[in-house]
Amino acid sequence: MSANTSHNAQPSGELTFYLREEHHPEQSTMLGFWIYLMSDCLIFAILFATYAVLGHSFAGGPDAKELFDLKLVAINTAMLLFSSITYGFAMLEMEKGNKGLMLSWMVVTFFFGACFLGIELYEFHHLIGEGAGPWRSAFLSSFFTLVGTHGLHVTCGLVWMAVLMVQMNKLGITAANKRRMMTLSMFWHFLDVIWIGVFSFVYLMGVL
Amino acid sequence: MTADWTSLLFGKLTLEAIPYHEPILVVTFIGVAIGGLAVLGALTYFRLWGYLWKEWFTSIDHKKIGIMYIVFAIIMLLRGFADALMMRFQQAIAFNGHEGYFPPHHYDQIFTAHGVIMIFFVAMPFVTGLMNFVVPLQIGARDVSFPFLNNFSFWMTVAGGIIVMISLFVGEFAKTGWLAYPPLSDIAYSPDVGVDYYIWGLQVAGIGTLLSGVNLIATILKMRAPGMSMMKMPVFTWTAFCTNILIVASFPVLTAVLALLTLDRYVGTHFFTNTDGGSAMLYVNLIWIWGHPEVYILVLPVFGVFSEVVSTFSAKRLFGYTSMVYATCVITILSYIVWLHHFFTMGSGASVNSFFGITTMIISIPTGAKMFNWLFTMYHGRIRYEVSMLWTIGFMVTFVIGGMTGVLLAVPPADFVLHNSLFLIAHFHNVIIGGVVFGVFAGINFWFPKAFGFRLNAFWGKMSFWFWLIGFYFAFMPLYVLGLMGVTRRMSQFEDPSLQIWFIIAAFGAFLILLGIGSFIIQIGYSIWKRDELRDETGDPWNGRTLEWSTSSPPPAYNFAFTPVVHEVDQWWFMKSNGYRRPLSGFIPIHMPKNTGTGAILGALSVVFGFAMVWHIWWLAIVSFVAIIATTIHHTFNYNRDFYIPADEVAAVEARRTQMLPAE
Repeated sequence: MSANTSHNAQPSGELTFYLREEHHPEQSTMLGFWIYLMSDCLIFAILFATYAVLGHSFAGGPDAKELFDLKLVAINTAMLLFSSITYGFAMLEMEKGNKGLMLSWMVVTFFFGACFLGIELYEFHHLIGEGAGPWRSAFLSSFFTLVGTHGLHVTCGLVWMAVLMVQMNKLGITAANKRRMMTLSMFWHFLDVIWIGVFSFVYLMGVL
Repeated sequence: MTADWTSLLFGKLTLEAIPYHEPILVVTFIGVAIGGLAVLGALTYFRLWGYLWKEWFTSIDHKKIGIMYIVFAIIMLLRGFADALMMRFQQAIAFNGHEGYFPPHHYDQIFTAHGVIMIFFVAMPFVTGLMNFVVPLQIGARDVSFPFLNNFSFWMTVAGGIIVMISLFVGEFAKTGWLAYPPLSDIAYSPDVGVDYYIWGLQVAGIGTLLSGVNLIATILKMRAPGMSMMKMPVFTWTAFCTNILIVASFPVLTAVLALLTLDRYVGTHFFTNTDGGSAMLYVNLIWIWGHPEVYILVLPVFGVFSEVVSTFSAKRLFGYTSMVYATCVITILSYIVWLHHFFTMGSGASVNSFFGITTMIISIPTGAKMFNWLFTMYHGRIRYEVSMLWTIGFMVTFVIGGMTGVLLAVPPADFVLHNSLFLIAHFHNVIIGGVVFGVFAGINFWFPKAFGFRLNAFWGKMSFWFWLIGFYFAFMPLYVLGLMGVTRRMSQFEDPSLQIWFIIAAFGAFLILLGIGSFIIQIGYSIWKRDELRDETGDPWNGRTLEWSTSSPPPAYNFAFTPVVHEVDQWWFMKSNGYRRPLSGFIPIHMPKNTGTGAILGALSVVFGFAMVWHIWWLAIVSFVAIIATTIHHTFNYNRDFYIPADEVAAVEARRTQMLPAE
């Protein structure tokens, strides 16, 4: 807006009340998506807070130390972090206009994301098999909900990525597709940041 | 075997869920069915379906969406008020062993539905509608930042309302009170579908509210006309901005906490249960972290309405614009650190209670500053007592009383006496009716001519105002008295006959409010009938001050033929007093978004999904969920979302307006 303040002071002393040419406000998508992400961040904040409150209510059931397998979680974390790097590579190729390379990096990203989800599902399956399902205690309820909500977001991200790959392939790197790629990038990195929180507060602090 | 199949097909839904054994509901249903069929028949007979679908339901025009929000709110107001009337009559007669009209399990649904509907489906759509209609016009924009999202938000709000309304005739509604505290709302104590209707209705509507908040923040930050710095925004836009920040920062909390309650009820987790480590107090804290900002979401925009109305009808600049903006921002922040005052009695200890008691009292300072700003704006002004101004003065008196009883409740020891009493009920109706409802009526009377091109009849407007105002005092002052005597809320019958007279007075007040609502409906009908006499051809019927009055009434689809350049807070006033001449030539094509039916389709699918989840009809839930995702993805393949209004068409529209205006 500050660029437009020059309209206020007309040198001739004549006041301008309207623009003769079409006015193009700045694109709002990035800002809008950012605001949405912050609201999503609040959902996670509530789930973290819930975990902080209920995380020691074991109700006579297993606690974090008995359940969590740090090695598995470390591999899982690596998957998600790799996927963020490869998404970054896809963005770089998009900027260069390399559709083919961009799509291949997206495929790699998708693969890492899917691996992350697979490992998470395996972990959940394993826990439930041991009798440590979300209905066992308040601690497990909040654990499954926090980690599961993150997993649900990753799933949404993967569906979005698949759709975007089809659209990129069909229509190429257009302005609209670039914008979508950019918002998905924000979403994907946001999920990384959330996962760092999950990894540190839930897994590391639970076991160490 | 047959039982298996029916439960697979219909989930928990059986014929028993239809309340044909409750005469009151049967009569209501017959009334609604006849009324509904009459409306549907009329729409078909006059061939209005295509018009409604093309011009309204699929419209991404912020003005039409704003109007639809308000129409929806008025319809829901009738439902919510019917609940209120029933409660007042029940309590007026249920004495001396008389059970009243309603058994307790029915009465409990009525007060829950009343609260839920009035907050989520009356007050919220009213203020969202006003913000939607007014904000882009006030900031000189053609539409909001995300026009499709706006349409989608509206339909999600309606979908949530429909889910709640279905509960009236299929199954039942929650019996838990409007915030559904566990453990009562847990599956162990509320095994029926009432709480599920509550959850899914609010979750679906909540998505709409949240996205509309994101949309309006982006609009206000990015779409302002050149020259309009933040401190040159009209006050209503400022309050809308703060309100939407509150929405985005609080509704996710509601979404999350209701999701946890859902898991407790559907999956068997232990967030809020009495057993296995759950904590019901966690729910109460979380829901009020949303709930307290929510009351400011409702009241801040109407503070904006009053600011516009006071300065327009006093023909003066708003006194203390800067302090008004700061007061709004301070309230926005403070509204997050007072939530615990809703449960002082629940054992947080003296230090915690003191902290929240003090923060609560501090909020009255910026609110008081606003009150003085309005008074000083009126001081030495040339006040015109139009209907909007009457509502504003009624608000100033009533809201101050409500605010003072609020400060009284903020004192923890006093709250220990008054917690959950009718004193509390009187207090929050005092601020919500005296604040939000009065403000909405002021806003509707103020901007109606802008939306439709003719004013509302003043006589019926005044009738509506006086009935509401006097009715309010009759209905709620007795509740203060009863509350001080220790009568608690949510009671369906009473033992002590000496209390009855107060409830009869309150019921009489509710009857007066009924006349007020009736007068409002008559006001609209009569004004439509006499619209040619009430016609506003200037676009500026009140000698307004901000940009929305610079365009025609109703505004063209593109709002402004040329984007305004802003110099002052009261830009239109500035233009009028500095020799502004309306441009008559040189029109250019205008870039506009296209209509789309996706929002309405997604809303309809959400109703199906919500209904299926309520009744555990899993196959239908899966099918409708997949359909929602597929429709969304399909929508993203549509890249062709905008068009240009040709310059000729703009010129023709503007020429018609030139003919209407008196020659300069």
